[in-house]
Amino acid sequence: MAFLEARGIVKRFVNHLALDKVDIAIPQNSIYGLLGPNGAGKTTLIRIINRITGPDEGTLLVNGHELKSSDIRDFGYLPEERGLYKKMKVGEQAIYLARLKGLSRKDAMKRLKYWFEKFEIQAWWDKKVEELSKGMAQKVQFIVTVLHEPSLLIFDEPFSGFDPVNAALLKNEILKLKERGATIIFSTHNMASVEELCDHITLINNGKSMLEGPTEEVRRKFSQHLVKIDFSGNAQAVKKILNEQFSLHRLEAIDNHYTAEVKTGEDQSLNHVLQSIMPKCHIHSCQELLPSMNDIFIQVVNQKDLSTQNQKS
Amino acid sequence: MSKISLIIEREYLTRVRKKSFIIMSILGPILFAAMMVIPAWLASLEDDETKIIAVIDETGLYSEQISDTPLLKFEFLNNQNEQEVRQNFSESGYYAFLVISDNLLEKPDAISLYSDSQITMDVKDHVRRSLIQYLKESKLTSYDISGLDKIIDDLENIDLKISTVKIGDDGTEKQSSAELTMIISMAFAFISYMFIFIYGAQVMRGVMEEKTSRIVEVIVSSVKPFQLMMGKIIGLALVALTQILLWVVLTMLIVTGVKSVFFNDSPLPDASRPQTELLQNLENSDQVTTPTSKELQFNNIMEMIKSLEPGKTLLLFLFYFFGGYLLYSALFAAIGGAIDHESDQQQFMLPITIPIIIALYVAMMTFRNPGSEIAFWFSIIPLTSPIVMMARVPFEVPLWELLLSMFLLVAGFIFTTWLAGKIYRTGILMYGKKVDYKEIWKWIRYSD
Repeated sequence: MAFLEARGIVKRFVNHLALDKVDIAIPQNSIYGLLGPNGAGKTTLIRIINRITGPDEGTLLVNGHELKSSDIRDFGYLPEERGLYKKMKVGEQAIYLARLKGLSRKDAMKRLKYWFEKFEIQAWWDKKVEELSKGMAQKVQFIVTVLHEPSLLIFDEPFSGFDPVNAALLKNEILKLKERGATIIFSTHNMASVEELCDHITLINNGKSMLEGPTEEVRRKFSQHLVKIDFSGNAQAVKKILNEQFSLHRLEAIDNHYTAEVKTGEDQSLNHVLQSIMPKCHIHSCQELLPSMNDIFIQVVNQKDLSTQNQKS
Repeated sequence: MSKISLIIEREYLTRVRKKSFIIMSILGPILFAAMMVIPAWLASLEDDETKIIAVIDETGLYSEQISDTPLLKFEFLNNQNEQEVRQNFSESGYYAFLVISDNLLEKPDAISLYSDSQITMDVKDHVRRSLIQYLKESKLTSYDISGLDKIIDDLENIDLKISTVKIGDDGTEKQSSAELTMIISMAFAFISYMFIFIYGAQVMRGVMEEKTSRIVEVIVSSVKPFQLMMGKIIGLALVALTQILLWVVLTMLIVTGVKSVFFNDSPLPDASRPQTELLQNLENSDQVTTPTSKELQFNNIMEMIKSLEPGKTLLLFLFYFFGGYLLYSALFAAIGGAIDHESDQQQFMLPITIPIIIALYVAMMTFRNPGSEIAFWFSIIPLTSPIVMMARVPFEVPLWELLLSMFLLVAGFIFTTWLAGKIYRTGILMYGKKVDYKEIWKWIRYSD
């Protein structure tokens, strides 16, 4: 069953429709990617899930019951626009934010100690936030978000501002949180991290949900039926076969070693390709080429733009 | 509700621990105490110095006609001429010398005071008063009327003592002092004005800080925006209250401390001295010199303060102070939530500052005529009543006016917090948008 389900969410601002009947279903204990270009309505949807703003239409269900304000206590939200009180000390501030989430001062202290040791930032406890670098402040903010061990975590662009080392550290922590049973909503433009982390995705554009499903399924759906084969042997014969039966996109040679990219027909698969060329060559490796999330993203967003242009003309 | 108290706690603690708050809390009382103590101290300094003034009377008409005072001694030099005195002046030890060169009844300008320093007003006034008295008498004598001395004596004894008495509803009489009431009324009006402005602006800056540092989105995912706004407003109100309390207590401590160290011999609290003098003037009794009558005066002041019903006045002050603060700080919070940059605040501040400033002007007119129509209306309208009504309270306000004004103030701040809550809720999450009144009107109309 879906942990969180949004049905027909509509949000109108004065001059435009921010969300137009958006449906999403976030499976329990998954990492759910919320994708879309700038201004698509992702942040609005996240704010509605957090009950920061209310939808004009539609319902939100958590574990099958309607979202209540008491559910929010069990959510953790890392907004895209990070911020902490600049003049407040790190430790004091972390305790304050944890207490706002319902932790007692004692619990907050204990857990903060654990996280500060883990991230090796104990020395920052008495520093003011304005003395920290951007990356340092982001670490503190991440800790504050996960401290009360929420069952739903919402990360809006969690990796922005992190160097690769810290981004890897963070990725690791996010995966651990999932192992511990948390459900995670992950909003980003960084498509590489989506492929790595997300089990499910939804792509929102202009307030509409354009694409939804498990990440692998989505990529398969957008498959261009491309396969990649490394081989050595009679290149001329192989080339001939590939050109006649399929369509050869690319053939690269390094010494006697060839790499071919082949587009198959709708009803053909990698098997067909291998069968036909196997007699002529020695195959080293083969792979189905799935489109990257990046390509899918651009394709879907541009399609939409195209169709709106067509409507206008 | 416990979340609101957490917010109040943070707002209060972070502000009270700030250096600026601590400095203000210490500096304020020192300043107030200095304002009370220094005039008394200066007065005590002057007391020590006795001035001797040489008089060269070339006419011989006025010898011994200028009386000495404890601080001014006059020496009539009969054998020296002006030239000698002038030459030896610096060694002579005289403060000044007076030259009378002709009959003053005929030539009023034939008299001059010389000194190497600036001659003080009290010296000049004393000489003038003494001589005019003598000249008047000699002029009268020259008419040669029989029994004149007695007539003059009789005239001297005519005096008036007007006491202002206020009649209570139950027919009891109370001593009252128009001036004291006036001062208290102005003090209330001004304190309310000052704190509404200072702390209202602090609310606005606090909201802007949360908005520009973007922490607000984290916090509103835990608490409702309205709770955040109210927590801030209440927290700051408590800071203001702490500040006032600290000022009062510290000022009293400093004044009593300074008094016990420097003014041991003084029979009166020095702080009350200026007020005593003031009262002397207004009661037309300028002949007060002995300590006993001073003590009487002091008791009189206490009597008058009591007649102002300090308990009731203080409660009313607290009510109007907080009412006014809540009303305005909600509006300030709304502005802080609506704007992105400090530079945008001007256009929205104006409609808020205008009523406060008008209120202060009306309050200043109020103590001259507390029953006037303008004072009445401005003490009923919630935007100006916290300041104007407090200026009227020491002059006794009819109960129904007071109740109406209080009721409207409560209604007023409920309305402004409701309105501000709507603007705030939308505004704090709105970044990078140029906000104008039209936009804000849209936010108010959002249902949720």
